[in-house]
Amino acid sequence: MHEIAAIVRKDVRIELRSRVVITQVLPFAMIVLILFGLALDADRSTLRSFTPGLFWVTVLFASILAIQRSVSVETAASAFEALRLSGAAGWKVFVGKAVAVAAQLIAIETAMLGGVIVFYRSSVDEVVLLVTSALAATLAIAAAGSLYGVLAVGSGVRDTILPMLLLPILAPVLVAATRAFGDAMGATAVNGWSWCALLACFALLYGLVGGIAYGVVLEDA
Amino acid sequence: MTHVGYLIAGWGITLGAVGVYAASLVRRGRSLAKTVPPDRQRWMTADD
Amino acid sequence: MTITNQSAPVSQGQPPADFSGTASPTTRWLGVAALIGVAVLLVFAFVLSEPDQRLDPDTNIVIGQFDAVRLLYVHVPVAILPYLAFSITALGGVMVLLKGSASATWWDITAAAAAEVGVLFAGLTLITGMIWGRPIWNTWWEWGDVRLMTSLMLFLVYLGYLAYRRAMPVAETRARRSAVVGIVGMINIPIVNRSVEWWENRTLHQKSTLTEMKIEDLTLLSLIIGFVVFGLIFVWLMVHRFRIGWLEHQAETVGLDAAIMQRRAQAMTGTGVDESVDHPGLTKGGDQ
Repeated sequence: MHEIAAIVRKDVRIELRSRVVITQVLPFAMIVLILFGLALDADRSTLRSFTPGLFWVTVLFASILAIQRSVSVETAASAFEALRLSGAAGWKVFVGKAVAVAAQLIAIETAMLGGVIVFYRSSVDEVVLLVTSALAATLAIAAAGSLYGVLAVGSGVRDTILPMLLLPILAPVLVAATRAFGDAMGATAVNGWSWCALLACFALLYGLVGGIAYGVVLEDA
Repeated sequence: MTHVGYLIAGWGITLGAVGVYAASLVRRGRSLAKTVPPDRQRWMTADD
Repeated sequence: MTITNQSAPVSQGQPPADFSGTASPTTRWLGVAALIGVAVLLVFAFVLSEPDQRLDPDTNIVIGQFDAVRLLYVHVPVAILPYLAFSITALGGVMVLLKGSASATWWDITAAAAAEVGVLFAGLTLITGMIWGRPIWNTWWEWGDVRLMTSLMLFLVYLGYLAYRRAMPVAETRARRSAVVGIVGMINIPIVNRSVEWWENRTLHQKSTLTEMKIEDLTLLSLIIGFVVFGLIFVWLMVHRFRIGWLEHQAETVGLDAAIMQRRAQAMTGTGVDESVDHPGLTKGGDQ
C-alpha cells in the first residue's frame, strides 16, 4: 500500500516542482474552451447546452497531454527500469500512476469548471452529481490512459499513437460523462445518476483491466 | 426495383473492396515468396 | 546468396512443393466455392427473395423497406465477421502472453491477420449499414444509437491496433504489446455495448434481425447463404493473410541469418563489415 502512496507522492512532487501540468496543460484546456466558444460563435443558450460535451472533449484532450507527461517523467530518467527492478507489483505502479494522473486532471477540471461558468455562462444545479460523476469519469480516464500510456512508450511513435489508441476506448466515457453533466447542469433532461453509475462501472472495469495488464507491459517497457 | 442506387452502392462497395483486398493479398504473397526459400514458405513444412 | 542448400533436406524421392505465392490447392477450391457462393447469394438476394412490403391496416398504404431489405443480405453477414475476427485476435493475444516464444509466433501472426481482415469487414459493416440506413431511417448516421457507436468503436480500436503494430519493428515486443492492446480492445467493447444499451433504451437500430424481425423462410435462407458465403470468403482471406504474415516472418529471419553468416565469414577471414551492403533483415521490419 505504501508503494502506491510512494508513487503518487513522487509524481505529485515532480509536478509541484516542475509545474508542467499547471503551466502548460491547464492553459491548453482553457484555450480549447475559448476556441470552442469562438468557433461556435453561438448565443448564450446554445453554449450552455453544449457545455457538458465541450467540457469533456476538452478534458480528453488535456488527459492525452497529462498522460504523456506522466509517462515521459519515467522514460526521461529510465525510471521504468528502476520501477521494474524495485520489485513493486505491476498493479501497484499502475494504481499509483493512475491516481497521480487523476489528481492532476481533477485540478484541471476544477479550473475548467470556473471557465465554463464564466465563458459559457453555465450553472450547476446538482453539485453532488457533478462532483461524483466527474470523479468517476476522471478515474476511468486516468486508468485507461495510464495503461495505454505505458503501451505507447515502447512504440517508436509514442506521441501520435496514444490518442489513436485511447480516444476510441474512452468514447463511451465521454458519452456517459456528458449525459451526467447535462443533468447536473440542467442542460438536458436525463437521469444523471444512472449515467454516473455507468461511469463508476467504467472506472472499475478500466481499473481492473489496467491493473492486470500493466505488469505485463512493464516487463517490456 | 426501388432503391437501386443504394443496392448497387452497398453490394458493389462490399464485393469490390473484398476483391481488391484479395487481389492485393495474392500479389503480396507472390512477391514475398520470392524472398523466402521454398521449404520455409509454409508453417507446416518449415523447421521453425 | 541462397540458403536452400543449407536447410533441412527434402524427404526422399519427392520433389519440393512448388509454392509461388500464398495459394494452394485448398485455397483454390475455397476461392472457387466462394465465387460460386457469391453468385448464388446474388441470385437469392435479388431474384428469389421478395422485397419487404406490407399493407398498413390503419392507413391502407403499402409500407416497408421495399427493395432496401436486399442490403441486409450483405450487411448482416458482414457485420458479424469483425466480432469473429477480433475474437481471434484477442485469443491470439492471450496465447502469445501465455505461451513461450515457441508457438507464440504462430499465434501472433494469426492475431495480426485476423485484425487486418476484421478491420476490412468492420469498415464494410459501417458503410453497408449507412447505405441501408439512409433510405430506411432517412439519415446516414444517428449519434444516439448504441450499436452504431460500438461498431464505430470496434473499427477504430482495431485500426489503432494495426497502426500500433506498424510502429514496432522488434517481433517479440510487438507480439506481447499488441497482444495487450488486442485483448483490452475486445474486453471493453462487449461490456460497453451491453451496459450502454441497458442504460439508454432509446435506439434507432433494429433489434437483432434474427430474433425480432418477422422473417419468412426465403429471407432466412438467403441470410444463411449470406453467412456461409461470407464465412468462406473470411476463411480464404484469413489463410492468405496468415501465409503472408508467415512469409514476412521468414523473410526477416532469412535476412538475419544471411547477415549473421556474412559477418561470421568476415570475422573468420578477418575482413571488416562492408557497410555498403544492404542487410535486409537488419532494417526496420515490414508491416505486420
